[in-house]
Amino acid sequence: MTAPALEARGLIRRFGGLVATDNVSFSVEPGARQALIGPNGAGKTTLINLLTGVLKPTEGTVLLQGRDVTQLSSNKRVRLGLARTFQINQLFPDLSPVESLGLAISERQHRGWDFWRPAGKHEVVAEIEELLTRFRLTEVYDQPTRSLAYGKQRLLEIALALACRPQVLLLDEPAAGVPEEERHDILAALAALPADVAILLIEHDMDLVFSFATRISVLVTGRLLCEGTPAEIAADERVKAVYLGEDGHD
Amino acid sequence: MMDVLAHLRRRERWRWWEIAFWLALIAVIFVWPSRAALVNEALIAGLFALSLDLILGLTGVVSLGQAAFFGLGAYTAAILANAGYDDPLLGLVAAVPPAAIVGLATAPLLLRGADLTRLMVTMGVALMLGELANQNGWLTGGADGLNFTVAPLFGRFSIGSIGEGPRNAALFSLAVLFVLFFASRRLARSPFGISLAAVRENRLRAGALGVSSSRRVIAIYAVSAVYAGIAGALLAETTQIVSLDLFEFHRSADVLLMLIIGGAGYLYGGIIGAGVFIVIRDVVSAATPEYWEFWIGAMLVVLVLVGRGRIARLLSLAR
Repeated sequence: MTAPALEARGLIRRFGGLVATDNVSFSVEPGARQALIGPNGAGKTTLINLLTGVLKPTEGTVLLQGRDVTQLSSNKRVRLGLARTFQINQLFPDLSPVESLGLAISERQHRGWDFWRPAGKHEVVAEIEELLTRFRLTEVYDQPTRSLAYGKQRLLEIALALACRPQVLLLDEPAAGVPEEERHDILAALAALPADVAILLIEHDMDLVFSFATRISVLVTGRLLCEGTPAEIAADERVKAVYLGEDGHD
Repeated sequence: MMDVLAHLRRRERWRWWEIAFWLALIAVIFVWPSRAALVNEALIAGLFALSLDLILGLTGVVSLGQAAFFGLGAYTAAILANAGYDDPLLGLVAAVPPAAIVGLATAPLLLRGADLTRLMVTMGVALMLGELANQNGWLTGGADGLNFTVAPLFGRFSIGSIGEGPRNAALFSLAVLFVLFFASRRLARSPFGISLAAVRENRLRAGALGVSSSRRVIAIYAVSAVYAGIAGALLAETTQIVSLDLFEFHRSADVLLMLIIGGAGYLYGGIIGAGVFIVIRDVVSAATPEYWEFWIGAMLVVLVLVGRGRIARLLSLAR
């Protein structure tokens, strides 16, 4: 029995009197396609921040492949195989996709402190080309990121996380704000993510959740309401009750 | 067709205008030997501004306290020369450890807060060092400063103020500037340099790719301090005098001005800005000694209004 790729045990996070994360325990198995859903204000963002190390929990532990990483900073967790994307693009406006990906790769290869040899080393080139092709960025490979179409920036957002070669990838609303005509590229990129990478998808878009995930966790007011297969979740009365009358979740 | 390698390497190759730039600097020294002292001052100011470009231009961290390291380097070289260790190269090398240590020790102060905090903190460090130099007159000469002499370079070439001294001094400063520029150019195009750009552009994402922004900022701040320290040591050795003025606020402000005039982030901006600044000061102050800063001020206003880094864009058109 191998350890889960990512596991949360009894996570609690309080902000003053507010309990944003209330005793959440769950796990993501290696290679899983899991989704985390919940209405607005359910505490999804706080939970992601706890998992990635942006926030430290008030109580509880986070384990990455069985290793306790609760006290590690977010950049150390990245080095241990936990990468993420952001709901709002977090890119490098002045750098091109090639430079951004090259940076992610050289950091992964522990060459980030190399201040003398040029960044354009041959060994990164093949991998950059592969990522550009996979994420349909070949036409804009040398453009400054700020000049890219929004959909392309969304793709780069995922490509950068994948360049870290994570064991676990947290996707924070990858399709948020993407216009209809560019959505297909995002969905294709998600479908083509490496099978051995465990993926936790945080998403509002139920079509995307139900087509992508094989397991769904529902978060409500900081608590894990239930977990199950898409069919189980779709049939769950409690989930229906939570979403009843809520607009804009489809 | 995609050419990833060529794109990554596009900034590594030396452009024709870069070679022309350095040849022009050599030419200036030989064409106007009578103005060699002024050229020397401009080259040293250029190195000082380059030190600021490493943190401001490459990394996006502002400082109004570069004079701390400039003064520290100058006094290190001066105190050593005063004690009889007067080899010019030794003086430059000796300026490195104090600048690096104070840089490393004060860099953590830059990690918290926003730009305004950093301006205040860096300014404070420079004030403190200046006051330490003032209080420890037994070592620094206090308000009188130190007058001293340095040995000829390589035991042969005088870098003093008489005869061929000023020309030799300018050539010496140019050589030091070039070596340090070359290193910073390598650094800017290395994985480390690109990670600095990432820290500048988006610290949150840099962290999400495994970059420890704090450590990178501390490291480049120490490098920047060393550059400023060497610039100070060069000025001390080629003018053979140091005074408390080296720590003063206007030094930090001037060097920031120079970098903005020349454009931050592409490494030549500081050198160009320093040249423009020193030449304007020289020309205008000959005509109206009281009011030369008016023209520098006017130029600053125009530059900021028209757009920063104008010179950079003109140069990039020439590429």
